[in-house]
Amino acid sequence: MMLQKFKRDAKGFIFEGLTLASALIIIAILVVMLVVIIIGGKDMFTWEFLSTFPTDGMTKGGIFPAIFGTAMLVIIMSIAAVPFGTITAIYLTEYAKENSIIAKSIRFAVRTLAVIPSIIYGLFGLGFFIKFVGTGMDNVFLGGQLKWGQPNILWASLTMALLTLPVVIVSVEEALKTIPRELREASLALGATKWQTIRKVVLPGSFSGIMTGTILAVSRGAGEVAPILFTGAAYYLATLPGSLSDQFMVLGYHIYIMATQSANVDQTLPIQFGTTLVLLLLTFSLNFTAVILRYRIRKKRIA
Amino acid sequence: MNKFKSFIKRLIGKFKEKKYNSTDKIDITNKRFRWSDFIAEKIIKSVAFFSITIIVLIFIFVFRESFPIFNFGAKEKPKTEQTSDSQEQYGVPAAEPAQQEQYGVETTEPAKQEQYGVETSEPAQQEQYGVQTTDDTTMVENITPVEETASGSTHDDNKQAVKTLITKEWQPVSDRPRYGLIPLLIGTLKITIISLLFAAPLAIFAALYTAVFASKRMKELIKPTIEMLAGFPSVVIGFFALMVMASFLQNIFGYDVRLNSFVGGIAMGLAAIPIIFTITEDALTSVPKTYYEASLALGATKWQTAFSVMLPAATPGIFAAILLGIGRVFGETMIALMATGNAAMMGINPFESVRTLAATIGAEMAEVVFGDTHYNVLFLIGSMLFIFTFAINAIAEFWVKGKLMKKIQGK
Repeated sequence: MMLQKFKRDAKGFIFEGLTLASALIIIAILVVMLVVIIIGGKDMFTWEFLSTFPTDGMTKGGIFPAIFGTAMLVIIMSIAAVPFGTITAIYLTEYAKENSIIAKSIRFAVRTLAVIPSIIYGLFGLGFFIKFVGTGMDNVFLGGQLKWGQPNILWASLTMALLTLPVVIVSVEEALKTIPRELREASLALGATKWQTIRKVVLPGSFSGIMTGTILAVSRGAGEVAPILFTGAAYYLATLPGSLSDQFMVLGYHIYIMATQSANVDQTLPIQFGTTLVLLLLTFSLNFTAVILRYRIRKKRIA
Repeated sequence: MNKFKSFIKRLIGKFKEKKYNSTDKIDITNKRFRWSDFIAEKIIKSVAFFSITIIVLIFIFVFRESFPIFNFGAKEKPKTEQTSDSQEQYGVPAAEPAQQEQYGVETTEPAKQEQYGVETSEPAQQEQYGVQTTDDTTMVENITPVEETASGSTHDDNKQAVKTLITKEWQPVSDRPRYGLIPLLIGTLKITIISLLFAAPLAIFAALYTAVFASKRMKELIKPTIEMLAGFPSVVIGFFALMVMASFLQNIFGYDVRLNSFVGGIAMGLAAIPIIFTITEDALTSVPKTYYEASLALGATKWQTAFSVMLPAATPGIFAAILLGIGRVFGETMIALMATGNAAMMGINPFESVRTLAATIGAEMAEVVFGDTHYNVLFLIGSMLFIFTFAINAIAEFWVKGKLMKKIQGK
């Protein structure tokens, strides 16, 4: 009896230890990745690196155009994705019946959008935005002169907006659900119409949720490279993008190019680590802000 | 102006008052029609359909670009300029010659013959291949004249391309391009299997720990940390794998090729872990608490409960998690581009370089001529990826969820 119990306990100890160990292994890998990138990039992390152009055939200098391009990309992307995402979330929570076919298929579409590989978005951006819309615009407005029918920052941002749309929808929906039913009913009982209720009661209450969605989308969009590989990212540009029809440099693409395509990879290693560190800091600080905002929303729901 | 407004309002008010006398019955069920509400609802509804529209558009446009290779006769393109263009562009990538050497080593002639032998079980097809083999001999002689005159139409190119789709050679940039998808498929499968063997047990066990064993404080530490891994851009994971992990693993295992499917698989596993972990954890916590308590009350220990009650109850959810993990790995581009070596080889040795489907699109699309056969084949690969992930998501969504609900509710 004693032996059996001991055996059982020992087995339990081993199994529990196994599960704990796998959790710790994952965390350890994460910490190692962070530490290696921080150690490799911390010397490069200076104001000069952040604010100057690449020089000497990209072997020296900073990454300012890449930072600027990333900022432009996420701004245009947010302008496109956030309104659409918010309105879709409002439809799903306020208008659609939970089990109607329409609501179900929209939800399915949103989830499918979230799992489609990012390279497919790149292909879609090339096939739809550049070759269909862009070339069409050129033919109609410019008489066949090539302006929009080639990779540029607008098409890249719109492609990225499609990719980040589900992120916005999901987090806004989550925030909308935290608004108590009683508030809506009180508003309706006072004679407000549904649209008035949404505009005056639901939307202001979900502001932090919309912010969370935007931040998460920006963080995702800043890190993705595959969708913009052939919709607008450029290897090197001597000037900043001045209009929507210009190409642009991006942090992620810069890392990829420097690490795989450049002539002397070893010489530019510090730049690569520096760029990676900047990208990682950017996405992490954004994610961290989103986590805090989300925590606040959840606390509000409990209270 | 304000005076005018208030005047109008009063006027309307009087008009309304007149409409309803105290003796009239007011029908409260009859809502007054409001333009603002009507328009808002219509706009919101139509925008909500946007996500469905995008899916349909992606479907249409990715397929539209891949369709021309099956369209043999109809399209006749002026290829004179394009071929010279493409020749110039193809000269640029320096990696290609090295790859061709590898092909030479890998796929010897007998292997090719074997494959044809397998394929030609039907006599009708045999004829087709017979034609092609005669083509082979004539083509070799004809290569130079064809190039000089550059009169080869897409018509012939497409026919050739479709024939080579199921061969063992991916060699799109050569005098006689071959678009064999089999090495790419094998490479993708290899990577997927390796990364799942690495990621699935780790993620599932970690989820089991957080859902069942962990104290509340540990839970609050582990969960956000692993979710932080999801915040790593894939290009960063790829960079880490390329610069640090590849050499590290090479020192341990001592294989020859620095970038291979093993390194790529582990790196992609890192990308898949947060997905598998989160969904498995959700599935485990959604198992009713009564199951857990009943098992403990019957005298089972915590780990017995975890392994023989919680895990089986959550199997459909875990299955969905693994499926979505597969979807992620299958379509991952940047890690594959950076850490797998990118050589289309057929072997099953995990320490060989491979080239995945997604990486092929990412690497070659930028150098391809629009409307070329190669371009269409890349879009064909894209549509394959799209169909695959769509199917995986549909299975995870409907089949697995239905099963999970049935299992937990006992219906």
